[in-house]
Amino acid sequence: MDRAEYAEYIKKITPKSKIWSSLLRAFIVGGLICLLGESLNALYKMWLPNYDQTQIGALVSSTLIFLAAVLTGLGVYDKIGYFAGGGSIVPITGFSNSITSAAMEFRKEGIIFGTCANMFKIAGPVIVVGVAIAMLCGLGYFIVGLFI
Amino acid sequence: MTFLWAFLVGGFICALGQLLILKTNWTPARILVTFVVLGALLQVCMVFDSLKQFAGAGVTTPITGFGAGLVKGTFENIDKYGFIGIFTGGLTAMSAGIAVAIVSGLVIGMIFKSRSK
Amino acid sequence: MSTIFFKHQPRIVGWYSVAGKKESEGPLGNTFSRIVKDEYFGEKTHEGAERKFFVTAIQGAIQAAGVQPDIVFAGDLLNQIVSSSFAMREIGLPYVGVYGACSTMALSLLVAATFVDAGVVKNAVAVAGSHFATAERQYRTPLEFGNQRPPTSQWTVTGAGATFLSTSKKSRVAVTCGTIGRVVDYGVKDVNNMGAAMAPAAADTLARHFANTQTKPSDYDAIFSGDLGQIGEEALRDLLKDKGYDLGENYYDCGKLIYAARQKVDMGGSGCGCSAVTLNGFILDKFQKGEYHKVLFMATGALLSPTTTFQGESTPGIANAVVIEEVTA
Repeated sequence: MDRAEYAEYIKKITPKSKIWSSLLRAFIVGGLICLLGESLNALYKMWLPNYDQTQIGALVSSTLIFLAAVLTGLGVYDKIGYFAGGGSIVPITGFSNSITSAAMEFRKEGIIFGTCANMFKIAGPVIVVGVAIAMLCGLGYFIVGLFI
Repeated sequence: MTFLWAFLVGGFICALGQLLILKTNWTPARILVTFVVLGALLQVCMVFDSLKQFAGAGVTTPITGFGAGLVKGTFENIDKYGFIGIFTGGLTAMSAGIAVAIVSGLVIGMIFKSRSK
Repeated sequence: MSTIFFKHQPRIVGWYSVAGKKESEGPLGNTFSRIVKDEYFGEKTHEGAERKFFVTAIQGAIQAAGVQPDIVFAGDLLNQIVSSSFAMREIGLPYVGVYGACSTMALSLLVAATFVDAGVVKNAVAVAGSHFATAERQYRTPLEFGNQRPPTSQWTVTGAGATFLSTSKKSRVAVTCGTIGRVVDYGVKDVNNMGAAMAPAAADTLARHFANTQTKPSDYDAIFSGDLGQIGEEALRDLLKDKGYDLGENYYDCGKLIYAARQKVDMGGSGCGCSAVTLNGFILDKFQKGEYHKVLFMATGALLSPTTTFQGESTPGIANAVVIEEVTA
């Protein structure tokens, strides 16, 4: 067997993930997290009539982020993640989990060089790419705006 | 009705993420980045707002909402303040989420110990 | 060649294994010398716990042998093999650090046997171990991060095992020969499929071993591989078939033995500790009970680091094999 044949062979004997059941789990858990977001949205709107939609939205995200951080600390979020996969990684709660889990993991190296220096180990690229792409789009928007 | 659509659309986006994980073996960081970019692009194409009208938190809760929010904030600030808005808009719009994520991560990280199960 | 024949047949006069909670709940649970349910082992960090597993295993083997060793050969998975070195800071004996990734138990045993056989030292200890939490952190994601493990992944064993080798003839179980591995790379890039990456190296070592010793798989009571897991085991059987050797019913993989399917470990156990606690528990116990007379023990290692993985390199593997058998007087 040469390298190419071996790669083919390994692909053949590797057990496949059960795609449909895992998609269904991601769908249900992800959907429920979004439903929670929507419910919070409705609640906050009722409680805080003076806030505009942007502020309500920020409050909803913040609540979800905080909840996910607490669940991570209690050792619950990784169990949800084991069950749901993408269902709990893709929502904003997954972003929060990636930060808190890294913060906890590296706490033993101290607060500054452990927690602070490492908490964005997984989530860092999200912010970097997000900010970069937003600025790029903004630049385009600005230039187009000059000519219209 | 928005509740049902939030569940269905949000669930669909997450299932899409799971499909990516299964089919590509990408790391979670890459999945998150992909969805941020997706959200940003949807916002640029002006599709995101209509999706939001219809599915509410179904599109804003997934990390796509983060990407879209960054772009939306940037555009709004450019409209309001001109050139400087390119730099100030994105993070201003998303500041609450990032601040809460940082502070809760820091506090939780100081209180709890990680455990293997 | 690279098969070493030990003329003076260094004897195994003591062994000790210490394993964690999950391992204790597996099929081999009652074969370990000691079980430590606390994953922190009373220490502040998981790294500290891993060290303590090493210290416990070394001291246990020394106590079992009843004499002080002249030298200790130890290795682990953490960067700069700190678990071994820091454990030896407490033990205070002359120490040689060895690294063979998860093949370390067989490697340290081979090196120790070589020293004892050559008459350089009278007594030597070989030790290896690993810890789930420290390995996850070094190679994968933080423990509390909520992702799914791919179906091809393996579970790093928490535990350490130590074997005491001696020139004394008070035991009839000896290390008689061994084959040192070559680094073999078939281009497997999936870091979650270590079994596939290591199987070609295992096949290479076994084929050379059988040829050099003029033995065949059925000459052994049992053949063990370290931590190939389900995929690796199947691949090894098929690769060896191509080379003309048929691994039969007497071939086992420690990674598959150590956990039960219900423990959600996907393809099985892995890590230096996997083969170390199986050898220094299950396998050597069987010698003591007289159920085994000749065993081929091969541990396999994936020689990668997180840096090489991120830089897109494939995963090279290595496998070291040792023959343990009952000798006459």
